Parts: sequence; C-alpha cells; structure tokens
Amino acid sequence: MTDLDDTAPARAIPRAPAEGLDARLVVDRGGFRLDVELTAAPGEVVALLGPNGAGKTTALRALAGLVPLTDGRLLLDGVSLDRTPPESRPVGVVFQDYLLFPHLTALDNVAFGPRCRGATKAEARAQAAEWLDRMGLAEHAGAKPRNLSGGQAQRVALARALATRPRLLLLDEPMAALDARTRLEVRAGLRRHLAGFEAVAVLVTHDPLDAMVLADRLVVVEHGRVVQEGTPADIARRPRTDYIAQLVGLNLYRGRADGHTVRLDAGPAITTSEELSGPAFVAFPPSAVALFRDRPTGAGARNLWRCEVAGLETYGDRVRAGLTGELPLAADLTTVAAAELGLHPGAPVWAMVKATQTHAYPA
Amino acid sequence: MTKPATTTPGGVGGGPRRTRLRRGTRAVPVPLLLPALAGLAFLLLPLVSLLVRAPWRDLPEQLASAEVWQALRLSLVCATSATLLSLLVGVPLAWLLARTEFPGRGLVRALVTLPLVLPPVVGGVALLLAFGRNGVVGQWLDSWFGITLPFTTTGVVLAETFVAMPFLVISVEGTLRAADPRYEEAATTLGASRFTAFRRVTLPLIAPGVAAGAVLAWARALGEFGATITFAGNFPGRTQTMPLAVYLALQYDPAAAIALSLVLLAVSIAVLAGLRDRWMTAS
Amino acid sequence: MHRRSPDGRRPPDPDKGPDAVGLPDSCPRPQREWPVSTRSVRSIRRTRPALRVAGAGAALLLALSACSSSGSDSGSGSGEAGSSGSSSGKLSGTVTVFAAASLKESFTELGKEFEERHPGTEVAFNFGGSDSLAASITSGAPADVFAAASGRTMEIVTKADGTAGTPAVFARNQLEIATAPGNPDRISTLKDLTRSGLKVVLCDESVPCGAAARKALAAAGLDLTPVSYEQDVKSALTKVELDEADAALVYKTDVRAAGDKVEGVDFPESAEALNDYPIALLKDAPNAGAAKAFVDLVSSAEGQKVLTDAGFRKP
Repeated sequence: MTDLDDTAPARAIPRAPAEGLDARLVVDRGGFRLDVELTAAPGEVVALLGPNGAGKTTALRALAGLVPLTDGRLLLDGVSLDRTPPESRPVGVVFQDYLLFPHLTALDNVAFGPRCRGATKAEARAQAAEWLDRMGLAEHAGAKPRNLSGGQAQRVALARALATRPRLLLLDEPMAALDARTRLEVRAGLRRHLAGFEAVAVLVTHDPLDAMVLADRLVVVEHGRVVQEGTPADIARRPRTDYIAQLVGLNLYRGRADGHTVRLDAGPAITTSEELSGPAFVAFPPSAVALFRDRPTGAGARNLWRCEVAGLETYGDRVRAGLTGELPLAADLTTVAAAELGLHPGAPVWAMVKATQTHAYPA
Repeated sequence: MTKPATTTPGGVGGGPRRTRLRRGTRAVPVPLLLPALAGLAFLLLPLVSLLVRAPWRDLPEQLASAEVWQALRLSLVCATSATLLSLLVGVPLAWLLARTEFPGRGLVRALVTLPLVLPPVVGGVALLLAFGRNGVVGQWLDSWFGITLPFTTTGVVLAETFVAMPFLVISVEGTLRAADPRYEEAATTLGASRFTAFRRVTLPLIAPGVAAGAVLAWARALGEFGATITFAGNFPGRTQTMPLAVYLALQYDPAAAIALSLVLLAVSIAVLAGLRDRWMTAS
Repeated sequence: MHRRSPDGRRPPDPDKGPDAVGLPDSCPRPQREWPVSTRSVRSIRRTRPALRVAGAGAALLLALSACSSSGSDSGSGSGEAGSSGSSSGKLSGTVTVFAAASLKESFTELGKEFEERHPGTEVAFNFGGSDSLAASITSGAPADVFAAASGRTMEIVTKADGTAGTPAVFARNQLEIATAPGNPDRISTLKDLTRSGLKVVLCDESVPCGAAARKALAAAGLDLTPVSYEQDVKSALTKVELDEADAALVYKTDVRAAGDKVEGVDFPESAEALNDYPIALLKDAPNAGAAKAFVDLVSSAEGQKVLTDAGFRKP
C-alpha cells in the first residue's frame, strides 16, 4: 500500500507541475495525426520509442518548436511554450546526424548558442571550451566537424546543445549515425552525461537497447499514439504490443486468464505460474523454448506444441528458429543443438515451455 | 583520387600504368568525346583567331592611349560595383525564392530571370522608361532629389546590375535549394533568429555558390554592352566601358578594337583564374 | 536584311526539288526572258549554302561560280540598256542594297518604285551603320550596291578594290539641331547648345554624323561637351525623343523622319559639314544588271525628288 500512497498524490495534481515537462502534443499533418501525452520530472530521461514513421521525430520537433502544435499544450517548468518561437525556447537539441556547422570549429559550434543568447565572443568561447573539456574533447576544440569521429561529433553536438543551459534536452536518434563498435562506448558516455543533466531530457530512438540503457522511463509510440509507458524493466517484462515484444525479444500472446491457464484468443492455452483472471498477456523469452524432434515422453502435456520450422537466423553462436503451427513462436538454441535436431525450414518439431518460465500479466 | 594498382591481381609491376590507361579509354565514350571536342574547338577558335590576327606590332602603341586604361578602369569599377549591388539585393532575393512560400512565387522567379532572355538593348530602353529623366521612377528622383541616372557612371552600374543580377540569383537559389535547411533549424534551436541563422550558418555554407554566382554576374557585367550604351550612353571616362570602346573602335579601326578586346580578355582570364583558385575549388 | 517581294508575300516553294532547279535559269543572263524569275531566285538562294555544305560536287560549284561571274561580266551592258529605259522588262532577280541607316525611308520608297517598274525583281535592303556595312562588304558579304553616308566609309570599299567604277555622290545630308517638340529650351543657334545645364548628345566621332558635328562645331569655334557620344544617329535622336537629352546634333533627314516627335532647328554652320552620300555598284555584284538600274534610279530626277522630300540636299 505504500506504493499506492506514493503515486496517488502525484496523479491527483491535475496538470502543470511546477517543474519539468507537461505536454500533450497534437500535430495534424495530412493523413497523419500525432497525439501524444508526455510528462517528465527534472532530472528524468524519457525515451520515445517506436518504429519508423510512428511520429517520434515529429513529437521532438514539436517540442523544439520546429513544427507548430495543432492542438494540446506544452508547459515547461510551468510556463507555456506553445506560442514561443524555437529560438526563444529553453530547449537544446541533439539532431540525428548532429548537424554540426561544417564551417565552424568544434569550439565555435559549441560557442554558437551562448553567443546567440547574448554572451560576448570571449565569454561564449570560454564557456564552450569548458563544455568541450567536460566532454573530454579539449584537444579537438580547433577541429572542423569533418575531422571528428562519429563519437566525438556526437559529444560536440551534446556540448553544443547543453551550452545554452536548456531546461529541456532533446536527442533525436543519438546513436543512429554511429557504427556498432563505437556505439557501445558512446552509449556509456552519453548515459553518464544524461545522468548528470539536471533538467528534462527526451530521447527519440527506435533502438530498444539505447532506450533501456539511457532512459529512466520509456514511452512507446505507434501510429502517433502512446501504446505503453513505464520503466525499461517493466516494459521489457510486460510488453503490450507485438512491436515491443519483438523489440525486447519476447514471445507475447494475449488471451483470457483463468487461474493458471491463459486461453489465447486464437490458438491453444498456456499454463502459467501466475494466477490471474480476465484479459491477460503471456510472455516468455525464446531461450525458454525447448525443441524436440519427437514428442517428448514423460513430461506433462502442458505447454507442448506441435510446430514447423519457418525460418532460421544465426546470432553469434546461437540460432533463432521461427516456428509456425499450433503456436507461432521464436525459439533460441545453440548451433550445435540446431545441427543435432537437423533443423531446416519445413522440419516438424515439438516445442515446449515450462510454466515457471512464462510470465502472465493483466492486459 | 583512387589508387589504381590495388585492384589489379597478378601484374603488380605494370599495374598502375595499365590501369590508368584502361580507365582513361573506358571513362570517355566516343559519342561524348567527339561532340565535347567540337564544342571546345568552337568556343576556343574565335578566341585563338583573335590572338592570331591581333596587330601585335602596333599593340604597344594602341595600348599606350590613356583612353584604353580609362575604359578598362571604368569597366572594372562598374562591373565590381554591379556585382556588389547584385549581392546586396540578389542573395536575399534568392533566399526568399528558395526558402519561403508565397503566392505567385513561380511567377516571381520567372520575372527575375526575364533579363536573361530580354535583348540587352530592350533592357536599356526599359531602364530609361523606369529611371530616365521622364521615367516612371526617374521623374521623382529628378524632381525630389535632383538625381538623374542616364549618362552617369551610376547609370552604367544600374544597367550592368539589371543584366547581371539574374545570373547571381539563379546560381544562389540553386545552391540554397541544395543546402540542407536543417542547419538553419539547428541554429534556431541554439537561439539564433532566422536572420542570424542565415547570416552565420546558411551564408557561409552557400559561400561557394554565392562566389560562383558573383563571378558569373561579374563576367556578365564586364561584357555588358547593349543596356549600358542605351541607358547610360557613351562618354569616355564616365560611361564608356571597354565593350563600348571596342564597338566604336570597330567602326573605324578594327585593329584598335582587337587590341582593346585582348586587354579585356587578358584581364577577365586573370581575374577568373585567380577567383577560381581561391573560391571555386573550395566547394 | 530587309527583304520584300513585289506582292508582299512569300511565293510558295517551287514544285521541282532543289536539285532540279535549273541552274542556268537562275543565272542572271540579261538577254534572256525569265518566266518564273522570283521563284528561281528564291530557290537558288536557299539551296546554295545547302549544296555547298553537302559538298555536292565540284562541277556544281563551278557552275554556280561561272553563273555569277557571267552575270557581272554582262552587267554593264544591261545597265546601259536600263538607263536608256528600253529594256526594263529584261531585269529580274534580287538586287541587294547595303545602305546607310539614314537612307532607310527614302530607299525603301525607291525600292518599291523599282520593283513596280521592273516586275520580277526584288530589292533587298540591309540598312546599318556605314562602317559596319563597309566592313561586311570587304569581308565578302554578297551585295550589289553600296550607298554610304560618307566618303570615308565608301573609301574603305574602294580601297579594297570592291567597287565597279567610281562612286558617285547622289545626295548630301545636313546637320540639324533636334529638340523636344515645341523647343522648350528655346535653342536657336549652335552656340545655345553650350549653355550649362543643357544635356546635349552627339554622335560618336567614329560615325559620320559625329564627324560632321565636330566639323560644324569647329567651324563655329565652339567647345561643346555632350553628355554622351552615341553609337549612331538614331540612338542620338532617340535620346531626344525620350526626353533624356535636351538636344542632339543629327541629320535633317532623321529629324524629318521622326515626324512630330522632335523639332528641328537649322543652323548656318551646318553648311560647313555637309555629308556626301556616295553610291557605287560593287565589283562582285551577283546581279549587276539590275543593280546598275537601281543606281540609275537613285540618280534620276524621280530618285532625287524622293531624296529631297526626305530632307536630303542635291549634290
């Protein structure tokens, strides 16, 4: 009950918390309508996660003032920004490919914001040097953007956005321009900087890993709507749409729970460890699926389905098998096991999942 | 530049040259090469002929005349002023055409390019009707400020600007359209007004295009004849630019005309080559 | 080029193909009658460059050149016949006349007259600055007659050995002061032009009207600084017509041709700077016979009347 006591008053405040972001972003653009509710407290990092074309970037541009709101509200620290032009908003943006001004050095890129906000040239440069130093880029201050590595450019872009001391930091796919190898290192660095940022940060990404590593809270957007919201752990454990389930690598089914059994809307029943009743989701990871060439004997008949291999993909030393049949699902196994089973597209298999490895939650 | 030798397996020693040769013949198909050479010859032949038939012996004498240098100086001053004037109003005009939406923009763009197709003499007459002593605007300039433009050096600059500015506007507009407008957005989110964003971000980004347009405009202004002689008349030292001097010299002394043309040619080549090294390669 | 056909419209293309056009038919041999002269002239003029470009055999080229040289050889004979007025019907083909711009009005009229007198002929004019015309002729432009606005420009052609016979002066032109209608600045003498604040345009000295203006001013002992030295007499006049200039020194004929758009003021010093207009048959004239007849028409009493009506003085 203490949990409830903590959250209830927060929800009771109608709108406009004194600090942080409180927005409902409605943008009508031709056949597409974005309608997203977004709130965040200072110090919080929120990730807008969703497939391409879901409207994440539009939401970000609306926050920055680059796209006008059709409807809704935008309050930052209690002040409405709805009518404020972008150059007057206390908002910093790290763009997808950073958009560092190619004709300016790293230092002058970072100094650009302070200069526009009224600092003298010397002041702006001093501030910029400080930011670059903080990013570990002091020795690259004089470099032109084309001579910076992807990771360095991203840090310069971050420094440039932070140098205006924004109350809202927006990051548009901050990792998209990086190759897989530098991503790991850059992600860790970005996480450190975001953790140290005292105001609201909103991050747009289609990469669940980025979202989960960088953000305190995820807002999943599909077709212009919020479909799920919560902590990364929560969303990873309890996805509510196929998109999220795929993102986090879970098999997800929806059905009606009755005790330890969830009868799926279409298909068989799944026995679960949780006891529920009413509409429910069942999720289990592909690694929880065991495959057999022949029907396993001795084991109870629970959660055993007759399937057929539809496709195979390798991930390092593991193979993911996509199965069709009684229950469509994804199963992970080692390459050795896959070879022993003689898996090939069209091969019949038996798939089994232990009830203890499933996770059921109300829909 | 790609390194040629890396892709040839086997013959490492003879690789580079062979590859380069093969690449050379492969890169230029004959149906393109022949017309290209014909075009080049067509452009260069008249210029070469000018050099061949130039009265080299009399040249020092021809060039000793003060009028030649007066006309040349006037040409350079006027063409440069016209280019600066074109930059001052042409770049903002190009920005307006490339970055804003307003009704009739297509029509405005067409009108801007009109001086390109208008015979320059007609342009000169139109300028007289607008800025002449009795012109639509000119009569007010005359009666309010006592300013008359025909027969003045300012008139020459105006005539050259009228003919040369479309080149600049078209060139800059093209560059602006090709430039990523998101840089302006990025500047905006950093607190820059739209004008600051233009001045400090867009303008440096499109600088090569602006320079190219300015060079085009300058070259066009330097060679301007029809509109200038019609609007500004012909008076040595005041409105007689090199093309006018060449034209009038042609009436009685073709050798002098060729000498003048050579001077103009030499100066243009020197300036364009100099600018090319400094500006055009920056893009 | 100003081209006019006798009936004012273009005759249809000949039915026979270009290669079937009888080359002998189009050779201006004066003793022959031409049933379809304008047609054949047009088609030969059109096909000639095409044939050359196509390189259609040296024989053809020889035939063409023989054709034109035979025409000019027998030209004097035909001219004599023309002057006697007895064989006007035997002329045909196009007469190409290069004439000074100031002759446009009067020569156009004379051209019409000529075509009426000699059905089957056509007079094509190229009006322009005498210097450029002279330059074109010496570079080989196909012309029959050259009428220049100054002896100097005619000399360019005679020196290049381009004329057949000695050029004859057929008219003289006199300068006049052109002012806005009503003469608002009350200019009555050449000296009035030197008044300060008055905008005067002169022709450039490289063109005849400019040379004449200088001569007249020198005769009057005046030092006049114009606002512009215009490239030809028409642009000088235009500046007055558009009221950009208060006055211009132009030819009397130009003032007359401009009608009531300008007003002319005579001045005595103009007599010191009369401009001679020589006319000459050209040596390489493709149609010498008809050309000679045209020259004669210009010098005849009728021709002189047209010219004096236009403001020229008799030589």
